[in-house]
Amino acid sequence: MFLLVFFLIPFGFALMISFAQTAIHVPPYTSIVSISPDSRIDLSLHLGNYKYLFTDEVYAIAYLYSLKTAFFSTLICLVLGFPMAYAISRTSKSTQNVLLLLIILPFWTSFLLRVYALEGIIRENGLINSALLWLGLIDQPLKIMRTSLAVYLGIIYSYLPFMVLPLFATLEKLDHSLLEAAADLGSRPWRAFVDVTLPLAMPGIIAGSMLVFIPAVGEFVIPTLLGGPDNLMIGRVLWDEFFGNRDWPVASAVAIVFLVLLVGPIALYQHYQAKELE
Amino acid sequence: MKEGPSAFLITVLCAGIAILYIPMIVLIAYSFNASALVSVWGGFTTAWYATLLHNDQMLDAAWLSLKIGIVASTCAVVLGTLAAIALVRFRTFHGRFLLTSMVNAPLVMPEIITGITQLLLFVAMFNLLGWPHRGFTTIVLSHVAFCTAYVTITVQSRLASADRSYEEAAMDLGASPVRAFMDTTLPLISPALASSWLLSFTLSLDDLVISSFVSGPGASTLPMVIFSKAKLGISPDVNALASLIIGIVGICVIAAGVLMRRTERQRLADAQLASD
Repeated sequence: MFLLVFFLIPFGFALMISFAQTAIHVPPYTSIVSISPDSRIDLSLHLGNYKYLFTDEVYAIAYLYSLKTAFFSTLICLVLGFPMAYAISRTSKSTQNVLLLLIILPFWTSFLLRVYALEGIIRENGLINSALLWLGLIDQPLKIMRTSLAVYLGIIYSYLPFMVLPLFATLEKLDHSLLEAAADLGSRPWRAFVDVTLPLAMPGIIAGSMLVFIPAVGEFVIPTLLGGPDNLMIGRVLWDEFFGNRDWPVASAVAIVFLVLLVGPIALYQHYQAKELE
Repeated sequence: MKEGPSAFLITVLCAGIAILYIPMIVLIAYSFNASALVSVWGGFTTAWYATLLHNDQMLDAAWLSLKIGIVASTCAVVLGTLAAIALVRFRTFHGRFLLTSMVNAPLVMPEIITGITQLLLFVAMFNLLGWPHRGFTTIVLSHVAFCTAYVTITVQSRLASADRSYEEAAMDLGASPVRAFMDTTLPLISPALASSWLLSFTLSLDDLVISSFVSGPGASTLPMVIFSKAKLGISPDVNALASLIIGIVGICVIAAGVLMRRTERQRLADAQLASD
């Protein structure tokens, strides 16, 4: 009885999700294609969609731009988040709780609203420009909105907590006597940091980077609200293809290629990691 | 002995926290701006909050989002807990690998892909079965799907650390397995259930991308309305709404944090007492 209830229900549910994900892998499901008037035949046209992906360079550009943006924002998050996490891990327990709450709080507030709030700051007549103008540092407002810079700022601002929290979790467990040992053996602080802290923090660095990188690649809201027409990220292309052009087959093809290129390697990597742990 | 953070670390920490908070503070400040021109300060007003109360579109959307959030997170907690039990209690079973990967999939998958695949599934289901209609039902279903993943992981870790001997003792005393679980383990993991419900609720309330894909005509959730307004630029009533939401969430999170610390302390004290 116990087995029955607790096996079957989750299993059935898993089956349901698995359907959702295989929905477009499996050719029979292209019966969906019939909705779109321009492609009525299943398999041949489906391949045609992929061909289209490779011939039209918009997609390649969007993929590369997404990867580039995600990579650099992850890097900046890491550079900024690491000292933050390190500092938090060095404070006393009660300060730690308060600081962590401060980091977690934005994570609970609406993501969309935070991006929207950022827009209020970097707008042409927003806070940054007003302050700089008032200080006399610039003569005319800087153009931040609708540029790559805005997209970077948006991603960093939104995903910084995702970097800090896993880093903190590993740094907190760091054994400080190891650092002392390194110092006793004549190692300079910097050297001790590179040789001891960094390798030990690796799991946190990897976890944090993944948590930032994966959603950043597929990011749709930030490039749409903050970026300009040049900031084509793959999420946006997908969205436009889907809602703008109503071309569902091509949108699905974009999604599949995306999935294979990005999620495939990551899933494999995690699989190996899990194996190593066992 | 830990040494305190250096001045450099403190500076970066403060800068990082400032980056996280300045936009929100500015947003809240501007929501009280009397001038409709968002760049000019025209004095203090609460008029935008009043307009918000008369904006039916927003109120409807907010109500819909709340309903979806409550239904979806409740279902997700039930299903996620069952999945977590299956994963923790039965080390090997048929489809364990499938279940683990299904649990993890929504976490590594970019939202936009989850959204599009789920929509295709719903459309296919509708063609085959005539159910579900796109709208409330589909949004709830898709939210349940991704929230379940978060619930499973939260509950799984709590369940793994929960002591099983209570349950065994209960069964030795003649309780049925289900009864034993309900009376011993369930109270033990209830904090995890509560926090995962809250997490699911916020995730569901916040979701824009997946909802936009799976929603049908006439069903606009709050993020969808905000997004369509935000695309046009800053507007004062969205400022007011945003401040309201940030305020509510802030208070809830702080309250939950305080509460959790108190129960944690209580738990530690109990553990201390038990070991003495």
